[in-house]
Amino acid sequence: MVTYILKRLVYMIVTVFIIATLTFFLMNLIPGSPFNEERTTNAAVQQNLEEHYHLNEPLAVQYILYLKSIITLDFGPSIKQPTETVNSLLGRGFPISAELGIWTVLIALVSGVALGVFAALKHNHLIDYMAMTIAVLGISIPNFVLATMLIQQLAVQLEWLPAATWSSPAHMVLPVLALATGPMAIIARLTRSSMLETLTQDYIKTARAKGLSPYKVVVKHALKNALMPVVTIMGTLLAGILTGTFVIEKIFAIPGMGKYFVEGINQRDYPVIMGTTVFYSAFLVFMLFLVDIAYGFLDPRIKLHKEGGSS
Amino acid sequence: MLNKILEIHNLHISFKTFGGEVQAVRGVNLDLYEGETLAIVGESGCGKSVTASSIMRLIPTPPGQIKEGSILFKGQDMTKCSDKKMRGIRGVDISMIFQDPMTALNPTLTVGDQLTEGLRQHRRVTKKEADAQAVDMLNLVGIPNPDERMKQYPYQFSGGMRQRIVIAMALICEPELLIADEPTTALDVTIQAQILQLFNKIQKETGVSIILITHDLGVVAKVADRIAVMYAGKVVETGTRREIFYEPQHPYTKGLLHSVPRLDQKGEKLIPIDGTPPDLFSPPEGCPFTARCPAAMEVCSRIYPYSTVRSETHEVDCWLQDERAEKYSATIQS
Ligand SMILES: Nc1ncnc2c1ncn2[C@@H]1O[C@H](COP(=O)(O)OP(=O)(O)OP(=O)(O)O)[C@@H](O)[C@H]1O
Ligand code: SF4
Ligand SMILES: [Mg+2]
Repeated sequence: MVTYILKRLVYMIVTVFIIATLTFFLMNLIPGSPFNEERTTNAAVQQNLEEHYHLNEPLAVQYILYLKSIITLDFGPSIKQPTETVNSLLGRGFPISAELGIWTVLIALVSGVALGVFAALKHNHLIDYMAMTIAVLGISIPNFVLATMLIQQLAVQLEWLPAATWSSPAHMVLPVLALATGPMAIIARLTRSSMLETLTQDYIKTARAKGLSPYKVVVKHALKNALMPVVTIMGTLLAGILTGTFVIEKIFAIPGMGKYFVEGINQRDYPVIMGTTVFYSAFLVFMLFLVDIAYGFLDPRIKLHKEGGSS
Repeated sequence: MLNKILEIHNLHISFKTFGGEVQAVRGVNLDLYEGETLAIVGESGCGKSVTASSIMRLIPTPPGQIKEGSILFKGQDMTKCSDKKMRGIRGVDISMIFQDPMTALNPTLTVGDQLTEGLRQHRRVTKKEADAQAVDMLNLVGIPNPDERMKQYPYQFSGGMRQRIVIAMALICEPELLIADEPTTALDVTIQAQILQLFNKIQKETGVSIILITHDLGVVAKVADRIAVMYAGKVVETGTRREIFYEPQHPYTKGLLHSVPRLDQKGEKLIPIDGTPPDLFSPPEGCPFTARCPAAMEVCSRIYPYSTVRSETHEVDCWLQDERAEKYSATIQS
């Protein structure tokens, strides 16, 4: 287990390093710079910055300095917001984005799995058809369209819920709903088909032949196996939810990390772009790692550790 | 004669499919006595598994449905008892073993967990007691190091080992009836022999009645006390092992025996039975074997033969048993 984790850790660092490097050079390919726009920054800050970032130095030197900033986890001050450092922006934005993300993942998982299981148990009944209709709709409507529809209907027309910002639980409902519907639909469909397949397996027959209650047969014997494909796609879904937060935060004017990231790109705020990108990628890579660990717990055949005999 | 533990009367089971209704079991009659091993043999699709699964009501419903008939287990009709009661019987009074040991165990749960969960569901035992009993069962079925093995997962066992575990699992609540649906088909020959020996040993030690489903007559010859031959959803002949092997009456039974290699009759040619069983969507009214039967007569295709009782144990459904048949064949020959 320990060797496995260490090995994964090395892979994770390499992955983040590659992403960081690509981002750095791609960013420098984009024409323009923070300082050759009309809206000039304060001259004193500008001089400070040029010294701080060695923006006149060759790219290689800048790259080394940039790597150093990653290793020391100090991404420096924002260029466009002189009173802020990248770290302070991240510290402010991340908890909000994380809140949005966690609720989204939780709701998508719980309702998706529940919907899928019910649909499978009521195979070819009305509940099944209804659940799958919802799922198809959920998959085919992009989250930004859904977000606008929700705002229009529930916030503007009916005035049930606030349309924007992030200040109370009521404010969270619409953005989480908009972001969670797609992944929920995908999870529901996958759970259903995987559950249907699992229920025909011999070990389910064996479990029923033992006289176990239907609840035990479904939850203990079927669900654990049926969830494996769901765990497998969680990585992809997490990446999707993460990029989804950019859009959703923008639409609902939520002051999360996505907002700073998008602003950073618009303003060529190099340190902000670099900082958020590295942070996002490290976070996602870590999440994928957690997904793999979870998979190992579900499926004993995937050996995270080297103990246990064979026959 | 011993007591009957199981009596199946006129059992009809159908499956609704897109293509129509499959009449998988069409009036099966079977008795099982205490402590005996009854083998059910017959070609693929003749309804062996469906009949066996129906005893514990394990047929997927829908599409399957018991249309008619009764299944009396110790006098109680299984087709009529409540789901809850049925669950109390499953695994406790009646256990079932399925064909493929590679898929019969849940890959995500430890062997120990799967062994003890039936016990813990049905009996008031602590985890410790259940574990101890499971270890005893593993010893009985011949798994070395049972204590350690309890913590392992199915993938850590070979096919033969897994079938032993499945057997241990089926026996842990000390059932009175064990139904084994092709328990050795998926195993290689040496392992097959070991598993069959295990069945014999267990029956001697526990007195359990066994229904053994197979299409391997070699297996039947080794373990069965009595044999029921099924064809197209019907039991066409039943008898003791002696009666079926040495005095087979039904042309289908004879055909089955001729299609098996025998060590004591070297040089004799193997004769496969030509043709295929009838379509169970619209089964024939008469004897379903008519199209393949070398002795078929005119009456065969029109009316299903009544059951002829040849001895207390030997029964056969065939028109050849009717005395008029002899006259008929005599007229053909002359
Ligand atoms: N779930 C089901 N849905 C539809 N038809 C079924 C189902 N289960 C069984 N049948 C049909 O019932 C008939 C009898 O099947 P059964 O499984 O009892 O055969 P079997 O004698 O056990 O054959 P085998 O030796 O291949 O196991 C077959 O024609 C099969 O197509
Ligand atoms: S009843 Fe007729 S067709 Fe059927 S087995 Fe007997 S002789 Fe053959
Ligand atoms: Mg079968």
